[in-house]
Amino acid sequence: MIVELGHFTLILALALAAVQSILPIVGAKIGNVNLMRSANQTSMMMTVMIAFSFGALTWAYVNSDFSVLNVWQNSHSLQPLLYKYTSVWGNHEGSLLLWVLILAFFASLVTVFGRNLPPVLKANVLGVQAWILFAFLLFILFTSNPFERMPNAPLEGKDLNPILQDIGLAIHPPFLYLGYVGFSVTFSFAMAALISGRIDAAWARWVRPWTLIAWIFLTAGISMGSYWAYYELGWGGWWFWDPVENASFMPWLAGTALLHSALVMEKREALKIWTVLLAIVTFSMSLLGAFLVRSGVLTSVHAFATDPERGLFLLVILIAFIGGSLTLFVMRAGMLKTGGLFAPISREGALVLNNLFLSAALATVLFGTLYPLLLESVTGTKISVGAPFFNLTFGPLMLPLLFAVPFGPLLAWKRGDLYAAMSRLYLAAGAALLAVIITLAFTTDTPILAALVIGLAFWLMVGAFAEIATRTGLRKNGISKAFARARGLPGSIWGTAFAHFGLGVTLMGIVAVSVYEKEVIVSMNPGDSATISGYELTLKSIEPRRIANYTEDVLTFDVVSPSGEKFTMAPTKRFYTARQMPTTESAIYTSGFSQLYISLGEVTDNKTAIVRMWWKTQITLIWAGTIFMIFGGLLSLADRRLRVGAPKPAKTKKPSGRQQANA
Amino acid sequence: MTRKQKRLAGLGFIAAVLSGAVGLVLVGLRDEIVFFYTPTEIVEESKAAQGQRFRIGGLVKEDSLQKQGTTVSFIITDTNSDLTVNYTGILPDLFKEGQGVVAEGTMNSALVFVADTVLAKHDENYMPKEVTDSLKEQGYWQEDNKGS
Repeated sequence: MIVELGHFTLILALALAAVQSILPIVGAKIGNVNLMRSANQTSMMMTVMIAFSFGALTWAYVNSDFSVLNVWQNSHSLQPLLYKYTSVWGNHEGSLLLWVLILAFFASLVTVFGRNLPPVLKANVLGVQAWILFAFLLFILFTSNPFERMPNAPLEGKDLNPILQDIGLAIHPPFLYLGYVGFSVTFSFAMAALISGRIDAAWARWVRPWTLIAWIFLTAGISMGSYWAYYELGWGGWWFWDPVENASFMPWLAGTALLHSALVMEKREALKIWTVLLAIVTFSMSLLGAFLVRSGVLTSVHAFATDPERGLFLLVILIAFIGGSLTLFVMRAGMLKTGGLFAPISREGALVLNNLFLSAALATVLFGTLYPLLLESVTGTKISVGAPFFNLTFGPLMLPLLFAVPFGPLLAWKRGDLYAAMSRLYLAAGAALLAVIITLAFTTDTPILAALVIGLAFWLMVGAFAEIATRTGLRKNGISKAFARARGLPGSIWGTAFAHFGLGVTLMGIVAVSVYEKEVIVSMNPGDSATISGYELTLKSIEPRRIANYTEDVLTFDVVSPSGEKFTMAPTKRFYTARQMPTTESAIYTSGFSQLYISLGEVTDNKTAIVRMWWKTQITLIWAGTIFMIFGGLLSLADRRLRVGAPKPAKTKKPSGRQQANA
Repeated sequence: MTRKQKRLAGLGFIAAVLSGAVGLVLVGLRDEIVFFYTPTEIVEESKAAQGQRFRIGGLVKEDSLQKQGTTVSFIITDTNSDLTVNYTGILPDLFKEGQGVVAEGTMNSALVFVADTVLAKHDENYMPKEVTDSLKEQGYWQEDNKGS
């Protein structure tokens, strides 16, 4: 009964979406306030309906109602409770319902927080948001209904794909979707601007925080996904340039560019048209990601089992939204007034540089991801475009951008002074130089290029705080006074510093693990020992164990670290009975920022195990860096000046804003 | 510089970055892409030059898997031609005889494929798409393992 109600409320939500797609926009056109306001009610009701629907599916999962096809296919009565919850979105239908729920949730956020938005803008935004909701609700109900029943309910479910039975599934997809779907708000804002043909001040003030929210979630989602793949798949890699990873990375690149261009638009009223275009492109990349993962055109870790009907439906949605929005853009962009001239060497110029390189990098990733699909559909030739291609194209485009990052915040708006900026970066330059020299002097096998990149990482990390050092007058005033001043700096300045610092940290991790990683593969029996990077590992025992919905062989290793510390590590080889599927659970020991990683190959009956060991130098810095980026994003979001609806503080209260102009 | 010259310089810089990106992509397409072949295309049609990196896909032939410590050897077949593959390392969890597999590497002088990467399906419903396609082309594909 609850399941049927969930299905029913989903249909109601579709009807509401249809209404909301039309009424508020018509109202905005003819100036009817009641029609415009109707979107407030419909969007809240829609969110409630979809939330109920999602709750109903969750109920079916938690109670292991195997008469529901979707539950039977992806759940098992013996699963731990947490995985019964996460199984809801561990499959195509359920995850799409989560997608739509988040979409509706963002629409209701606009409704609630947008009280002081101009009514026409708000009506148009909610109208466009309803278009997206309508399309995806239709998609769910027609091709991917999670509430489908089976005539004869089986007693036991087929279990969730074992790789997904992990805490990672509880975090990675919801965060990723909050990111992907969060960009729908900026998309709707961009479309609303194009529909009404004008960008008002409220538009500019709104776009940046919304972009920031989506960006924070997407960054967290991608980073979490990367760490999950690293420990769960047992391949020891943190990024594979797999097409589906690219599908999440492309909105991130576009969203990062949008974040920076929105800054220019907000502060200087320049780059309006470009920002609108980026907002469209960013959400288009999110839609493209949904298409790539769910249409069956790709094979990857992420691809859902799919049928062609869904692919076609999604392609239609993709073409309608991307084609439609770009057409509208071409027709209307000319009407948007743009202003704010600036010199090439200026804060604006630096942000344009950022956008230029990020867009070029986005274009190469997009090309590399789609080219094999296009080539195969046109000529039938099958190729794979993998890491070597992306390292070659993406790397060289990122390095100059990263080099330029510390300069950006030091340049003044309108017209900046490059020499003054340079003179403030002497400390960063010194740190970078020192890092290069130390690296080359104390290691024997470091390529020159890698040493230079390590220098670049230090340049970024130290340079990120140059603006704060300047603003607080650290050199003139001494630490205690500078500290007092630092507390008074706006959150967005700290946010920028931390986010850029995080970039340097991540870069450091990437280059360290690519250059210094060690790997050993050996065949071991109990009693055998192996050595890697000074760690001595002895295989003590191989013990079978039986747990809920799987059985496993536990390999216990006694490890002695180079400093004589003793501990044990226990990777396991699991066998999930319902799916007849083996998986490997790696064992990881963290020392400083580095990790010792043990993964298993086959474990034979006569107790021989193939063991793969890595020493992953500084690898955790890769994810630690993203934590700094997220923290920076949150600081920036908390900045009062950006808070939506907060009144602007009086000019006299923030002298820092003035300094900025003539720094 | 006059304003016009500045504008030109700006546009020139943008054009330079973009053409740099295009150049990198072209070099990448020339050097860094990997073609996918079937055993028939390699054994009978000699499509890949010695030393060229490519991917090969098909089924792991029954009873062909031999292990010696961490080194394994098996035969990839598309039921028309067979190709021996050598690989050192850990086979994927779902590697099994009679199942689909994709390997990446190069041919050695003894006409053995030396793989450095072996990919198997990710779950019991999944078969590498390239393998499905090439088996379909040869008429050996049966829609029997479709889950449900």
